Amino acid sequence: MKRLTKLTTALLAGALFAFPAMSAELRIGLQDDADVLDPAQSRTFVGRIVYTALCDKLVDVSPDLKIVPQLATEWNWSADAKELTMKIRDGVKFHDGTALDAAAVVATIERNINLPESRRKSELASVAKVEATGPLEVKFTLKAPDVTLLAQLSDRAGMIVSPAAAKELGANFGSKPVCAGPFKFVERVQQDRIVLEKFADYWDKDKIFIDKVTYLPIPDTTVRLANLRSGDLDFMERLAPTDVAAVKSDANLGFDSVVNIGYMALYANIGNGPRADNPFGKDKRLRQAFSLAIDRDALNQIVYEGTAVGGSQPFPPNSPWFNKALPVPARDVEKAKALIKEAGFDRVPIEMQIPNNPVAQQMMQIVQSMVAEAGFDVSLKSTEFATLLDEQTRGNYQLSRSDWSGRVDPDGNIHQFITCKGGINDTKYCNPEVDKLLNEARASTDDAVRKQKYDAASAILNDELPVIYLGHQSWIWAYKKSVTGFVPSPDGMIRLQGVKKG
Amino acid sequence: MPVYIGKRLLVAIPTLLIISVFVFSLQKLLPGDPILAMAGEERDPAVIEFLRDKYRLNDPVVVQYFYWLGGVLTGDFGISLRTNQPVLELILQKLPVTIQLAVMAMFFAMLIGIPIGILAAVKKNTAIDYIANIVALSGLSIPNFWLGIMLILLISVQLGWLPASGYESIFVDPVRSLQTMIMPAFVLGNALAATLMRHTRSAMVGVLSADYIRTARAKGLSPREVVLSHSFRNALLPVVTLSALLFGELLAGAVLTEQIFTIPGFGKLIVDAVFNRDYAVVQGVVLCTAVGFILMNLIADVLYVLLNPRLRATL
Repeated sequence: MKRLTKLTTALLAGALFAFPAMSAELRIGLQDDADVLDPAQSRTFVGRIVYTALCDKLVDVSPDLKIVPQLATEWNWSADAKELTMKIRDGVKFHDGTALDAAAVVATIERNINLPESRRKSELASVAKVEATGPLEVKFTLKAPDVTLLAQLSDRAGMIVSPAAAKELGANFGSKPVCAGPFKFVERVQQDRIVLEKFADYWDKDKIFIDKVTYLPIPDTTVRLANLRSGDLDFMERLAPTDVAAVKSDANLGFDSVVNIGYMALYANIGNGPRADNPFGKDKRLRQAFSLAIDRDALNQIVYEGTAVGGSQPFPPNSPWFNKALPVPARDVEKAKALIKEAGFDRVPIEMQIPNNPVAQQMMQIVQSMVAEAGFDVSLKSTEFATLLDEQTRGNYQLSRSDWSGRVDPDGNIHQFITCKGGINDTKYCNPEVDKLLNEARASTDDAVRKQKYDAASAILNDELPVIYLGHQSWIWAYKKSVTGFVPSPDGMIRLQGVKKG
Repeated sequence: MPVYIGKRLLVAIPTLLIISVFVFSLQKLLPGDPILAMAGEERDPAVIEFLRDKYRLNDPVVVQYFYWLGGVLTGDFGISLRTNQPVLELILQKLPVTIQLAVMAMFFAMLIGIPIGILAAVKKNTAIDYIANIVALSGLSIPNFWLGIMLILLISVQLGWLPASGYESIFVDPVRSLQTMIMPAFVLGNALAATLMRHTRSAMVGVLSADYIRTARAKGLSPREVVLSHSFRNALLPVVTLSALLFGELLAGAVLTEQIFTIPGFGKLIVDAVFNRDYAVVQGVVLCTAVGFILMNLIADVLYVLLNPRLRATL
């Protein structure tokens, strides 16, 4: 009997002590599986979501898209915008316990530039030299003025990794990433889960209220939502617009959305190989007519249930970089018909390449019937994504639909697509005047001057239309009501600072 | 018997070679560049060229094939373009998952298909037979993905009895492992159950009208003994062949089922690999599946002999 009492007491005491120690676990449903978890090599959007918990960056982006301190506490541009000096936060530790200092920053940036497998080379192409000018001070010397560097450092190019781990694992760093974010890597099972746990020595640990985060790739949106409703998930990204009403009517679920920084667009083949040799690629009036024949607001209402916004520039209408002098055009079929006639045509046949997902197909079928009224006979060629990218790069297309997830700095949404030598200029549009404006916009530290350059460039592009912008989707998140403190951001990231569950 | 098995395994080698050539060429016929597909939004020409070289994608297709074959013969299945993981490691990680799913699905298929098949045969041309047929037909006609999503909505979202998706290893947490697998295994087994039921029924109907069954009845055996010991064992032969063949169907069905229930198995691995043009992974998975298929057929043939002693003479 005595033993029994003792046992009961012990059990009770155990239960009491165990209770406060119960850990808060957050299970987040992602649309895809992340690729390799090495900031130097990774490419996927969902990978970036995982990094917001795993790897801190030199600078971060605020919800209003301003660059704010993270591992760097302050920074200065030289007057000619060719030197960037950064002060590194004191007392920051990597997950392996080693200290994060200027030398670690230099090692990471050099790794991003020199590792043969690195995907960060073009992002850091303007960097001529990076050096430690003090134990906690780093100086970037640039080949040419490039103010967009700061925005690059707010993403994977600026994620500082432990030099010891990077040296030990080399190109295999992704098998056991060691960074300085609020959560450290525990395990990963391909296509199943990525598990992180709270890092006790995080420099900003007072803002972290979650003990363990598990990211689960669930590609099907219906199944992802079903998991959230059944309680297997606490949080999910990219809710389908068609499911917004269901989530709103569910008392147990919360939801947030914000117009994203990317865009949906049609790329016209202007000069990429022999297939550019067609009226649509040659005559801008036909492209103008095509753009005018589209009712962008209707697309938003029908396909995106009103969660997206129509657009006609690389930046959404709510962005500070949007050129207000060129508002999103309203549909004007008569004017479109007149332009087609002026170009010497009655009906214009066009082959349009589109991705084979249901939403894009639905949207482009609507566009097909809209432009048919003006005089375009569009045949839709639906291909899966890998093929679409390949055809678009090689120029085997006439008009191609593809989207851009967006970059914080306006340069990232326009320069590489439009400039003559741009890395992903698949339309092969080339206009020295536009090149000059976009290059100058890169070189100024004054936002007002930059805005002026982008406005001037968008006036030309809006007339020549190598890229016909259609609109901007929203990021939509859904979560259990017990999850609080989430701040939605137009970059689509899930920042866990301040997020609580309970 | 061992000689027979040895011979069969030797014959499997050219079969596998032909399959590997076939899959390799099919993949190369697909449009789309793996490196570009992998690069997604970050298409840096210099890096793309480096990676093409690293993964030998600039070599002629024939050279690429023999390079791959040489690797396989030395136990190196290559590296996944997407995740940098060795293909063999990926396969060993995913194979147990799909085997568990397949075994559980087969269990459901047999549990539903065989008894209903026997019942339908014994009660031939009665209401029970017709109902069994209707059930079988609807099992065949309901698409996997629809049944899967409906079950998730009913059992996980409405009733909250089982997790909606996901996976746990049976060695880590057996209870949760079974919980996550019940629905997918049922969905996958459901369509097979219908086929199995139809075949069990027709085999049983054939056997039940045989002379020796009439003799068995005449000498006064109970109906239960007649059906289970005398008829079923003989009717089992075609059912065993069918089960082995259905195993292939099971792997194909697993592709869809794993996608819906987000089970990190073979099916999901190959779908993702095809979309990403992850050649080495596709090759490895197909080869593995082919080996599994050949083994299943061999097992079926061996079971034949065990079930029907008369066949032993033919070996």
